[in-house]
Amino acid sequence: MNNPIAGDSVAPHRSVKKDAGWITVAALVIAAVYARVIFFTPTEATQGLAQKIYYLHLPAALNAYIAFIVVAVTSVVYLWLRDPRADRVAESSAEVGLLFTTVVLTTGPIWGKPIWGTWWTWDARLTLTLFLWFIYAGYLVLRGAITEPEMRARYSAVLGILGALLIPFIHMSVYLFRTLHPMPIVLKPERPSLPGDMLATLLFSFAAFVLVYLALLRARYRYAEERDMLAALDGEGR
Amino acid sequence: MPDAPYGVATPPGMLHAAWLVARKDLAIEFRTRTAFFSALVFSLLGLTIFYFAWDVTAVAAIDLAPGVLWVIFTFSGLLGLQRSFGVEQADRAVDALLAAPVDRESIYLGKALANLIFVLGVQAITLPALALFYNLPLGDVALPLAGIALLAAIGLVAVGTLFSSMAVNTRMAELLLPMLSLPFFVPIVMAASGSTARLLAGRPIAEAWPWLRILVAFDLVFVVACTLAFPYTLDE
Repeated sequence: MNNPIAGDSVAPHRSVKKDAGWITVAALVIAAVYARVIFFTPTEATQGLAQKIYYLHLPAALNAYIAFIVVAVTSVVYLWLRDPRADRVAESSAEVGLLFTTVVLTTGPIWGKPIWGTWWTWDARLTLTLFLWFIYAGYLVLRGAITEPEMRARYSAVLGILGALLIPFIHMSVYLFRTLHPMPIVLKPERPSLPGDMLATLLFSFAAFVLVYLALLRARYRYAEERDMLAALDGEGR
Repeated sequence: MPDAPYGVATPPGMLHAAWLVARKDLAIEFRTRTAFFSALVFSLLGLTIFYFAWDVTAVAAIDLAPGVLWVIFTFSGLLGLQRSFGVEQADRAVDALLAAPVDRESIYLGKALANLIFVLGVQAITLPALALFYNLPLGDVALPLAGIALLAAIGLVAVGTLFSSMAVNTRMAELLLPMLSLPFFVPIVMAASGSTARLLAGRPIAEAWPWLRILVAFDLVFVVACTLAFPYTLDE
């Protein structure tokens, strides 16, 4: 490409390096958390080693919620200010949130099989998480189906807001469904209030996941930014 | 506005404008009848296929009916919704609609009203067909059942009309509309079939009340939210 502006490509290059730095730091912190989880946190009395997945499962779930709240907020901001940066944050956050939801949906059954005796049960929280996955998968498919950036941003923002409005309704109906049809399968056992050691590990892990979220969000945002920049250059070139 | 002189006609009020849009859509549908007829045949086909998909000696028709009914209404509704903004694509008819001196919100309400009548029409024929095919005494619960059907249809149409307007402008409209709409239809289908099941089992209507409350709340929230969101789905 013989574009005069191409010389600016030094800047994106530098930012890519910075992203790699963030991700490395986040990965190191996660490694530290897992060293603590495996070697320095007491093993749970009844569940044994299987409970260790808790420190991955819960922080991922909380961060998925954070990510989807960010999608809703930035969607409102986009419709209000029409700032493409808000749209890029929404796009990135939805994708990272979907990744975390996938982690939750993968680690859940792995934990559920030894403890509940089943990979999957239509427990209210499981069902809700599955539908969250569907909503934001639909959101990303919608983004992929529109080429015009301004329209893509507008439509996604509408869906991002409506999706957030839908969550309480799915929440209410899955809980009502369960109370009307009590399930014979083991439900999540009541946790005793978490001992200090475990709580500390959990909070540590949660903080590490927030860091992972921010690192991925940042990297994904850069990607969106550079893609839009490239598209703009491409448009000028023609 | 019959008496207004040519060229200075006052624009119609919001609800009147909505009615004009709805009437236009219903007139198109009435003259072609393609979507309504296919949605209806689809519903009847669905009833028959579902009947044979289960062992009727193991599962009683009365237990099967509520779920079957609402799954079918959801999917046949999608057929009508697909068309709602599809018809405006031909010859860019949507530009003329947008150039008309009416609020965007009126266009949405009109479209939604036409879709509501479409869905209710399909339901009005499918419900007696269900009673016939599944040998259910629906006559006893006709009134509350009609109420549930209306509440559920309002929710379906409110969300579906908005997504129809978005989906037609994308590269894969036929796939995208169900993909966007179905998660939103989940609470509706659960609430409608949950309360229908209670009705058919002869339980007092109070037992269906928690479900009905969800339906009413869904309708209120999404009719308002989608009316407000609709202008953002149009090209400016």
